[in-house]
Amino acid sequence: MTALAHKSAPPAFDVSLIRKDFPILARQVHGKPLVFLDSAASTQKPRAVLDAMTFAFENEYANVHRGAYWLSEKATINYEAAREKVRAFINAKSASEVVFTKGATDAINLVAASYGCLALRPGDEIVLTELEHHSNIVPWQLIRDLTGAVIKVVPINADGSISIDAFAKIIGPKTKIVAVAHVSNVLGTVLPIEAIAELTHKFGAKLLVDGCQGIVHEHVDVQAMGCDFYVFSGHKLYGPNAIGVLWARLELLDAMPPYQGGGDMIATVTFEKSTWAEAPTKFEAGTPPIVPAIGLGAAIDYLNSIDRVAAAAHERDVLQYAMVELSKVPGVKLIGTAQNKASVQSFTMEGAHPHDLATVLDRSGVCVRAGHHCAQPLMDVLGVSATARASFGIYSTRGEVDALVAALHKAREVLL
Amino acid sequence: MNAVAHVETDDLKVLYQELILDHGKSPRNARLVEHATCTAKGNNPLCGDRLTVTARVNAGGMIEDVAAEGKGCAISIASASMMTEALKNASVATARQVFEAVHQLCTGKADVASAKAMLPTSMSEDVEKLAALRGVRQFPVRVKCATLPWHTLMSCLDGKVDATTEKV
Ligand SMILES: Cc1ncc(COP(=O)(O)O)c(C=O)c1O
Repeated sequence: MTALAHKSAPPAFDVSLIRKDFPILARQVHGKPLVFLDSAASTQKPRAVLDAMTFAFENEYANVHRGAYWLSEKATINYEAAREKVRAFINAKSASEVVFTKGATDAINLVAASYGCLALRPGDEIVLTELEHHSNIVPWQLIRDLTGAVIKVVPINADGSISIDAFAKIIGPKTKIVAVAHVSNVLGTVLPIEAIAELTHKFGAKLLVDGCQGIVHEHVDVQAMGCDFYVFSGHKLYGPNAIGVLWARLELLDAMPPYQGGGDMIATVTFEKSTWAEAPTKFEAGTPPIVPAIGLGAAIDYLNSIDRVAAAAHERDVLQYAMVELSKVPGVKLIGTAQNKASVQSFTMEGAHPHDLATVLDRSGVCVRAGHHCAQPLMDVLGVSATARASFGIYSTRGEVDALVAALHKAREVLL
Repeated sequence: MNAVAHVETDDLKVLYQELILDHGKSPRNARLVEHATCTAKGNNPLCGDRLTVTARVNAGGMIEDVAAEGKGCAISIASASMMTEALKNASVATARQVFEAVHQLCTGKADVASAKAMLPTSMSEDVEKLAALRGVRQFPVRVKCATLPWHTLMSCLDGKVDATTEKV
């Protein structure tokens, strides 16, 4: 895993061309141009994704893996082609290692229930970090309560970074599973996944990486990263919602029991006993999210069609600009200032609750997230009940940061 | 109250009018009631806001003291503060009526006149103040912020321990 970076000077990145690919960015809200700064919650969709999905519904839709007729075969080919696109995008060894799920949450629940059940005995340890999203906490609590395992939590530093030493103090012989975010959805911190993987494997444990934010901003090569499970959601990667991915090494998928039973995931069924299909089908019970998978494939095609390295440099530029400009607003405090961070910036304003800020900003057309960001334990660690968060995507601009800053000045007038 | 203008900044000014900001910044009765007879915790799972409402109700059904303490946005803190001011020394029965009136004001189902008509005349002045909360009706996602303290008070008076905003 490496930050996306050019070897030589980056070519000019024309964000105005990128913005033309996203129809929604042309609209207004409350009579103001839309300034969408909540891409970490869900990104907007390029025309290519919308068109691919419409085309699939209008021309090539039927259930998959079932019909002996041409249309079903075509839908199956398209669905499986999407799987191959994901495989190539994350450099998995085989498409059989790519399981389609409803989303990252679904994927983590799958691993917690299936692998957790296989691996965890009373007293075994599951290691998480303080900056995890609820979806990488609660599934582990459920399996902890079923198995008698114990959850250990790696602390963050004041700037939102986590040092590998902190992991070294907690990961040990009792550790069976380490589950961490690739990139924090609140702080933007990029975690040192390769080093965490090495430490995890030293004790024979397995590493799950919640890649919801990571895959959006970083180059992901699951083989090079050395993790055992990587999960993400399509809707944060410019794709549709209701589709996510679990990648796992084939040996693990083969060893794991099914998570849900139903159609598709079986080889044979009698009332006495059923046998399972091979991975990934074993983990895709029922009719899968066919067109969302095709939409995700189209999002990946779209990302492959642009200069992603230049896009990442552009996002970093917008983030740097935002950090400087936000700091100039009286009363604003940046939360999450780790050296290595992605384009997510949380902040608070003295004397104004984030919810009130978000309401005032909204009337200027500026969409930011306010609240606990599904990371209540992290809020407790930070000593706040909520933060405001601006997060950027490939289509974000310095001009949008200016609009945010202007709206914050207005919020000071209204609220203080 | 002034006529509501259509410009969005005016919506904001109505929502964040002086009275709301004042109560939001310096909430009254932000404490726990001594010798409380009932207590309830309110929680807005959407934003993580939490507050604790405590009250002392005497044998005659009068609220001798009521207080609300917690963390939240200007709207929920102001609403809690104004609620405690309005309902101290009111009867439990009146408190329930005021809850209903405030609820209708915040959801746009009642205007100030009809809210007043729902209540004993002794509450008229309080209702006029509480009507400041009705700015939220232009901001549907914020209605829960205004009503959380009231739901929590109702749970408190009903002898329940928890309230959430999931019932608006
Ligand atoms: C870091 C992280 N993990 C997990 C999730 C959950 O993703 P989803 O709701 O798409 O399953 C999110 C989304 O907010 C996230 O940012």
